[in-house]
Amino acid sequence: MLIPLGAVVWKSQSGGFANAWDQVTAPQPFAALKMTLAISALVALFNLVMGTLIAWVLVRDDFAGKAVVEFLIDLPFALPTVVAGFVLLSLYGPSTPVHVNIAFTRLAIALALLFVTLPFVVRTVEPVLIELDRDMESAAASLGARPLLIARRIVLPNIVPAMLTGTGLAFARAIGEFGSVSLLSGNLPFHTEVSAVNIYNQVQSDNTVGAAAQSTVLLMIAFLVLFGLDVLKRRSARRG
Amino acid sequence: MADVDAPIAVGSQRRTVTRYSLRFVVLGYLAVLLAVPVGVVFYRSFRHGLGPVWSSLTTADARSAIYVTLIVAVAAVVLNTIFGVGAALLLVRKQFPGRRLLDVLVDLPQAVSPIVAGLALVLVYGKFGFFGGWLQRHGIQLIFSLPGMVMATAFVSLPLVVRAVAPVLAESGDEQEQAARTLGASGWQTFRRITLPSIRDALAYGVVLSLARSLGEYGAVTVVSGHVLGKTLTVTLFIDDRLENFDTTAAYSASALLALLAMASLLVSRRLRSRTRSVA
Amino acid sequence: MSINVRGVSKSFAQFKALDDVSVDIATGSLTALLGPSGSGKSTLLRVIAGLDTADAGTVSIEGRDATAVPPQRRDVGFVFQHYAPFKHMTVYDNIAFGLRVRKIPKAQIRERVAELLGLVHLEKFASRYPAQLSGGQRQRMALARALAVRPRVLLLDEPFGALDAQVRKELRVWLRRLHDEMAVTTVIVTHDQEEAMEVADEIVVLHDGRVKQVGAPHEVYDHPADEWVMGFLGPVTRFGDRVVRPHDLEISLSAETDAIPATVVRITRLGFQTRVDLDVGGVPAYAQLSRDAADRLDLEPGTAVLVRHLDWVGAGVREGGRVD
Repeated sequence: MLIPLGAVVWKSQSGGFANAWDQVTAPQPFAALKMTLAISALVALFNLVMGTLIAWVLVRDDFAGKAVVEFLIDLPFALPTVVAGFVLLSLYGPSTPVHVNIAFTRLAIALALLFVTLPFVVRTVEPVLIELDRDMESAAASLGARPLLIARRIVLPNIVPAMLTGTGLAFARAIGEFGSVSLLSGNLPFHTEVSAVNIYNQVQSDNTVGAAAQSTVLLMIAFLVLFGLDVLKRRSARRG
Repeated sequence: MADVDAPIAVGSQRRTVTRYSLRFVVLGYLAVLLAVPVGVVFYRSFRHGLGPVWSSLTTADARSAIYVTLIVAVAAVVLNTIFGVGAALLLVRKQFPGRRLLDVLVDLPQAVSPIVAGLALVLVYGKFGFFGGWLQRHGIQLIFSLPGMVMATAFVSLPLVVRAVAPVLAESGDEQEQAARTLGASGWQTFRRITLPSIRDALAYGVVLSLARSLGEYGAVTVVSGHVLGKTLTVTLFIDDRLENFDTTAAYSASALLALLAMASLLVSRRLRSRTRSVA
Repeated sequence: MSINVRGVSKSFAQFKALDDVSVDIATGSLTALLGPSGSGKSTLLRVIAGLDTADAGTVSIEGRDATAVPPQRRDVGFVFQHYAPFKHMTVYDNIAFGLRVRKIPKAQIRERVAELLGLVHLEKFASRYPAQLSGGQRQRMALARALAVRPRVLLLDEPFGALDAQVRKELRVWLRRLHDEMAVTTVIVTHDQEEAMEVADEIVVLHDGRVKQVGAPHEVYDHPADEWVMGFLGPVTRFGDRVVRPHDLEISLSAETDAIPATVVRITRLGFQTRVDLDVGGVPAYAQLSRDAADRLDLEPGTAVLVRHLDWVGAGVREGGRVD
């Protein structure tokens, strides 16, 4: 079931390479692609920082209601994307009760993507933090290192692989996101249209070749990112 | 050693300030991004009590959407369970060329945009697709009807079962199965009596995750479905449809319903996950 | 005095790890904190290092009150049971870490690290990662790392616990020699009484969070404070109304003063010693004789013998009581 699906998308670049290339670099799809990649990258980086912070607080800090927070973190995983979009829309859209209306803006896209990719970095970093040998930090302390130095030179290097994995996953997810974004951004061409939405429209207007070409590009990018991460992971595993 | 006698209060004070500010930043972020928006949806849905919610969810269209969703989700989950356990067993227990490829492929649906998944299906099984012609000649229509939606849903939630079961299989090792074999059990018997019970909790966990995902799938089904109200509309598509028709009450109610389901499935899955951990 | 601990108590939730513990550790000595698991020895060590804070009591190091001082500033070197290597750094970087934190110039660091690598015989491993070292090598690296910054006090938490018996014995000897060369006040935590007796100048015996006895190895062994200490430090057996060391029991075939009749139950040869299980008036006991002594007596199960306690050095302890 899987393999034909994968192979087929590639094969569907019928009509020749040149045509496929034209389809992808046509102004509208290309604009969508550029914007999607840019925003996804920003969101992924933001998640890198925020996600690590969240994981740190969850593992090292203790406060009432921590279980609720843990639960909330997983929510974007379980929530249907269209509901996620709707949820954000109701608070930060036209009928907003707090006077914050960002519907139809790029900020909206970023917000939707942040929502959907929240769990990724947190969930990959958390187990590593938990497993981390606290004695290493004690050793560093006994050797004279202040807490900030310990965090920077001892803890951080050991969680970087997990951070990278989470960020990569977040990025891959973000570039393909559809449901939440389409609801919140209004899908204005050249402004707030995400690649996934563009592809969808192509399918609806029967331009399957164009849709397929764009899909292939997205797939390749996602594949490259995941592959790169795998290489990085292997290199750090060798260090033990 | 420099300033051994320097006051210590400063150091620990700095530590608590850092701790509180970190906590504040994190909790604040989560509130703004997650908690408050979700709260608003629930508030708006139930602001006028259960009545309007109930009535908007029991219209004929709504009911058929729920019905369609259930069928598609359950079918997808069943498919995934069978295939998922099989794939997990293959990956963990057997060595064969291309095993690494299968490993990567299993994770593929998570990296692929759901739209692309839907597109892929259309291209293969649609009217002008690879097998499309053959299927049409035999009167089988997959795309724009339920079976296509089932396939699309199954595709996106496939990795969940595999990834839940595989680690448990790997950890428990196949010694027990070997023992069963030496005692005379056949392959199927071994599977039923030894393997299956050992992965029971992990499997339940994977199934719940898969079910939650299937109930909430939007992107893939939207490509594959014909959006025929009353026939091929899932609840997620229904929300979309209602929004377009400015029926916000129904949209809110359906969203609240799905959100509740999502939370319930989260709770259940967490309990199941901690059970797999304690057994191992 | 190098380290003074006064009235230290510490609890973890319901569990009282240390109960009003006071200990003095002499400058330049090698002291062992000896006790079974849960006796509080590791906790005490960590409190001295500043890695844990006591609920009550004080710790002073070299005359200055260190109770509220964080570990960074106590100038103590700490070696962990599982070495706590910085996994992501090479051996060189591990050892250099403390020096780098103190912003020592690179040339000096290089010198010092080379010196230490030579000391612990890891010269060829400088650019390896901890994962590529054996347990014993990792432990030596941990020691070098702690010594790099010339601490006033060196603390070792069951440093050889995770190693094979042979490696353990070798490292014990090596540690003693190192201490004699460097003359750093050293405190080592161990549950192995053989290790403590072989290595330490002074032993602090701990049980259930309290100090049971402090003294030189032979003192603690020959004049134990109570029955528990006696049993923990070495083999014991019942004899009459006392608890004595089995190798202080003499078996003879002819009557002697104070000799009590007994029957041989079983003879087990253990290398250069022989263990003789006896029935002394219905109470089981055992004696440990040298192989020669046992062979000379030509004992067999069922032989009637006479047993006498050699009262010369160790007086034995009355059951449940203090020293005679």
